[in-house]
Amino acid sequence: MDLILVNLIDGLVTGLLLFMLSAGLTLIFSMMGVLNFAHASFYMLGAYFAYSISIAVGFWMGLLIAPLIVGVAGAAVERFGLRRVHQYGHVPELIFTFGLALLIEELVQFIWGKNQLPYSVPDVLNFTAFAISGNSIPAYKIFMIFISVGIFIGLLYVLTKTRVGMIIQAALSYPRTVEALGHNVPLIFMGVFGVGTALAGVAGVIAGPVLGTFPGMAFVLGSIVFVTIVIGGLGSLWGALVASLLIGWITTFAKSYNIEMENILNAIGIATPENMDENLFRDFWSITSPQIADILPYILMVLILIFRPAGLFGKRTQ
Amino acid sequence: MKNITKLGAVSALSLIVGASAAFAENIKIGFIDPLSGPFASTGTNGLHQFEFSADYMVNQNGGVLDGTNFEIIGFDNKTSPKESLIQLQVAIDQGVRYIVQGNGSAVASALTEAIDKHNRRNPDSRVLFLNYAAVDPALTNEACNFWHFRFDAHADMKMDALTDVMAADEGITKVYIIGQDYSFGTAVSKAANEMLAAKRPDIEIVGDELHPIGKVKDFTPYSRKIVASGADAVITGNWGADMLGLGKSIIENGYTGPIYTYYAAGSGITAAFGETGKGVIRLVSEGQVNPPPTPEAAAFYDAFKVKYPDGNVDQTRISNVIGMLAAAIEEAGTADDVVAVADALSDMEFESMWGSTLKMRPADHQLIQNVHIAKHTDEGVTYTFDNSDFGVVVESTVEMASADIPTTCEMKRPD
Repeated sequence: MDLILVNLIDGLVTGLLLFMLSAGLTLIFSMMGVLNFAHASFYMLGAYFAYSISIAVGFWMGLLIAPLIVGVAGAAVERFGLRRVHQYGHVPELIFTFGLALLIEELVQFIWGKNQLPYSVPDVLNFTAFAISGNSIPAYKIFMIFISVGIFIGLLYVLTKTRVGMIIQAALSYPRTVEALGHNVPLIFMGVFGVGTALAGVAGVIAGPVLGTFPGMAFVLGSIVFVTIVIGGLGSLWGALVASLLIGWITTFAKSYNIEMENILNAIGIATPENMDENLFRDFWSITSPQIADILPYILMVLILIFRPAGLFGKRTQ
Repeated sequence: MKNITKLGAVSALSLIVGASAAFAENIKIGFIDPLSGPFASTGTNGLHQFEFSADYMVNQNGGVLDGTNFEIIGFDNKTSPKESLIQLQVAIDQGVRYIVQGNGSAVASALTEAIDKHNRRNPDSRVLFLNYAAVDPALTNEACNFWHFRFDAHADMKMDALTDVMAADEGITKVYIIGQDYSFGTAVSKAANEMLAAKRPDIEIVGDELHPIGKVKDFTPYSRKIVASGADAVITGNWGADMLGLGKSIIENGYTGPIYTYYAAGSGITAAFGETGKGVIRLVSEGQVNPPPTPEAAAFYDAFKVKYPDGNVDQTRISNVIGMLAAAIEEAGTADDVVAVADALSDMEFESMWGSTLKMRPADHQLIQNVHIAKHTDEGVTYTFDNSDFGVVVESTVEMASADIPTTCEMKRPD
């Protein structure tokens, strides 16, 4: 029972982190139709910038400045790169962002080297917040939860309650009309791209100390972010949140409990074959949940695409 | 007159070109390991140590066979067995006759099998496989062949030394084993189970599991299980980003006992562990850096730091590979006939500057050497890693570890 609570917290942290990445990506996709392959690279840039800044002026300035730099870099990429490529259609855009992802990874290795960086949790937060029957919850995790929840609330407020948010929402669905009403749609695109990448930057800044800061960090997170926005429904902030939390909890629980396939199959009434050594499905019977934890989100994505192609909260149906 | 001048110039030129070509015929050593991706840092640091060892130990001392130099060529295999075989072919086409590889036993098994086939089919371009770090025992047991030499102690030998030390510690009663899900992780788990059961039957294995290699974003769920199991020692064969992620996560989530590891040092890992790893991280490895075993070793390390201020000599066996290969080529009197070089290498005894006698076993081409248990600390460290205050200091040593460990290898020498 105690462990369930601990796992709920751990899954929440993983999920919220994923949310910060997918929130930006889902907005960018729904607005511009661009699947930004370089999105996780901006997350990596956030961590690296924050590390360099934290050496000079400390962690907190890094948390403040690094996302700004990443956001400006993202806006610049949109203004001088994507906007030019945009007129040639979606495929060149896709290839452009893919190339950008590779470029950023090489650039990071060139500047910071290929080693793990000693980017660590600030001393102020380096203590155990509380413990649940021997499982300590680091204060830094609580801090991560607060930051990401704060960002979600802020984002939700801006998008639904402010004028800027309304224009953005309108531009999501009817860009031509919004343009005809005299709004500068390209500027909105640039702004959304900048804010989206800055969010990824924030995620990088706060995840770097716990998940490690190394050139492969974008790669390990890259594909799962896409899965999240597909499950949640493209363009839906709530969808991104729900899908992120769902993935966070599913993978955490699957890894924490050694549920064996044999037990599941027995439970639904399929008896274990007597001679396992010669059974065709021997490997299938011996699967345990931690082994498949990381592919569960992908299975979920396939199911969603089959039964609800627009995603959990998606509005678009075609 | 004019024509004669031209002829003279051309022939002089061709002489120069010919001479320099003969002079430039280096002994090419192909380094096939990850130079990009999640394990890039481990691979790149290995490449630097090879390049430096070749320069410092061979080329600067006049080379081998009266002036032939070693040349290290890096090939990026992205830790993929499939990619490695492509790179192997590229390397052979470029005239490489010596392959060195170490990161990943899955890659090593693919390579050793491919090289065995290649050598049978192409007697004119045979290659040797000098494995400096892939430690799956199978490579010098059922999967052994004449062309493969291992310079690291294999997983069972290291586990033998490790469990000796653990068995002597009365405080340890519950052990958790965790590793990457591939041949090496499985081998570590199997060896730990068997040896602990033999040496300390009272120790309970409270957990034994594998996780996907290079794909885990967050190790928290695993560390929760470790803490919840009440383990007072953890054994892991993880390396690279997986080692750091797992170690940090375990410590962060409230574990305080020792974590016995194979690869938790260097490549940024030591610096990243820093203060949190002190008193927790233990390391089983050949090669001793702290305290420096010999003056030559210290000189080697100092010179390395001049060339690579950000690098570490965290794989001393790499300089052993270069040293023993050079000695074998001198003894064989040729670098082109790899069978002769392999014969020289297969029963070689070599004094390493890292403070151990190295004995190659002819029966399975496994190097026998001292194995140490070191701890991650900032006290009494002469050579720190990653330019941090931390390094590894040898705590205990097993002399010529597992010298009589049995092998199932049936070595077939080519005719």
